[in-house]
Amino acid sequence: MAGDLLPAAELTESGRPVLYSGEVECSLLSAVDLLSEEVPSFPHLKSFLLILTTHRLLLLPPPQTTTDPSRFIPLSSIQQIFSTKKSMFHSPRIRFQVSTTPEGKVSESGRGSKSVVITLVMRGKTDPDSFIVKFWDSWRKRDWEASGSGSGAGSGSGEGSSSLAVRMPVVGLSGILRKEQEMWESTDKTLQDAFQDLNALMSKAKEMVTLAEKMRLKLLSGSNSQPTSGTSNDDEMGTKEEMQDWLLSVGIVSPVTKESAGALYHQQLSRQLADFVKKPLERAGGMINMIDIYCLFNRARGTELISPDDLLQACSLWEKFDVSVMLRKFDSGVMVIQSKTHSDDEIFGRIRSLMMKTEALVNGISASDAAMTLGVAPAMAKEYLLAAEGKGLVCRDVSPDGFRFYINFFLELDPQNIYLVKDHSRYSTWIRAISSR
Amino acid sequence: MQTLGEFKLPHFFNYPPYFTLQPVRDTREKQIQLWKELILDYCRTQKIFIVGLDEDFPLFTNAVIERSLSHEAREAFLSALVSEGRAEWLDKGRRKCLILWHRIQDWADLILSFARDNGLEDGVMTVDEIRSGIESRGTELHGMERTILMRALKHLEHKGKLAIFKGTSADDEGVKFSI
Repeated sequence: MAGDLLPAAELTESGRPVLYSGEVECSLLSAVDLLSEEVPSFPHLKSFLLILTTHRLLLLPPPQTTTDPSRFIPLSSIQQIFSTKKSMFHSPRIRFQVSTTPEGKVSESGRGSKSVVITLVMRGKTDPDSFIVKFWDSWRKRDWEASGSGSGAGSGSGEGSSSLAVRMPVVGLSGILRKEQEMWESTDKTLQDAFQDLNALMSKAKEMVTLAEKMRLKLLSGSNSQPTSGTSNDDEMGTKEEMQDWLLSVGIVSPVTKESAGALYHQQLSRQLADFVKKPLERAGGMINMIDIYCLFNRARGTELISPDDLLQACSLWEKFDVSVMLRKFDSGVMVIQSKTHSDDEIFGRIRSLMMKTEALVNGISASDAAMTLGVAPAMAKEYLLAAEGKGLVCRDVSPDGFRFYINFFLELDPQNIYLVKDHSRYSTWIRAISSR
Repeated sequence: MQTLGEFKLPHFFNYPPYFTLQPVRDTREKQIQLWKELILDYCRTQKIFIVGLDEDFPLFTNAVIERSLSHEAREAFLSALVSEGRAEWLDKGRRKCLILWHRIQDWADLILSFARDNGLEDGVMTVDEIRSGIESRGTELHGMERTILMRALKHLEHKGKLAIFKGTSADDEGVKFSI
């Protein structure tokens, strides 16, 4: 298969590329063709989504043909980028020379004895010039070399959890650093002195990454396990809760921005969000408030904050993608993010067993009681209880003491014989509970 | 089990949600049915004919669990009785409700068998005699609400079982049976 001439790119479940550590997306273009004019056997990829990162050119197949694997070309394999000829009659084209193995393959390492010229045809209505500028920049910066040598130790220790290592934490600082670096690129070279400060900052950032990695590994290995040999007493971390809080601030290395994604912004944001919410969702028991996610997501992005509107749009786009999470609107209008595997039945099961405890049978429970037991926010607990009420599981008691819920046994009672108590019913359990009081 | 005077209350009378009008349809329907039966049962045993919404009707408040029905709930439960023909509003403002634990038809049948038992197939009686006379003592007719009695008598008159004749005042209205 000719397609095998290009290495395959790994994608997340939501169809976002899995980036290397330190890799950042620079630009996205839709409807891009890839071909080689000199080698006919070279794969001809049609209307792919092209993502330029600091390390690679990623080619994602159009959504309707998801069977096509995603491909990438490492920037390190590019030997030369040719200047483009503009024509009124053709879509803009970019040509560049890539080194290949003797069999004509583009290798992941980027080394090879032969070479081939590849053409990108941009059929979209995007501006090719700004893309070319970014392409040149990324290629010249040679970021892959820096992270290649720097991440040696880090990736080695993080091997056990490959997918996590990829999303590895650079705290909000990385965003600032990146911005700084971009500015730095555009300023005059005579400002070289200033770089030294920046470099110092950069090396600090690297330390922070290492520290982050260390802490994460420690948490992963369990709070009870022995501290690793390298850590001193100072490193001793507080409670697990603190660690979790800390983990929440772990940054997204390559946030999708309007700048990089352009027209594809919401779509890509939606996919990135789908990947991001998985962990907080797990912790929250399968359902989480929009507001909570808004805070967490923006905290993780650090610098490239999104608006609530963007979040809502990104969430509503999930319907169109095959992702494992969904947006749910309660009757009250409260919106939550829920994982598709999460079932209400499980929650209702927990509410039922909670309601059948003697204390709850006698005095009922309030939303805040339920919140504590279920481990969710009171507003959310109330939604659950109201949903359970709608299903006939619980019923309400409104009195000067407040709004409380009781197990619902109305449906078990027989109006023809109001004194009848069926054995093994909720009603009989309740009678036992109140008479033992 | 809790009692109200001599009336035995069902266990669920101490169930706080019983005193809150339930919003969910299935639950609410069951709750209303239970209230209807309880009200009829209680009124029948206690010989209560009229329930005032704003008065202290013993069933509407449960001091043990400190719950009391809202006005809306009282009206909902009594309306349910009215729509089934087991009660009637006495005023447009829906403040007083006549409870018919026997339907008018059933009351009429009771009057007929009372008349037969006392050999009054062709006899004459005043309305007040039926309600409080010696003959009716010990029967369900004794002490019955005048409004209901008149309704039942009119029903019988309509069927040709008796004739109502008026006296000088409401007090001496009488009936002549012709069974």
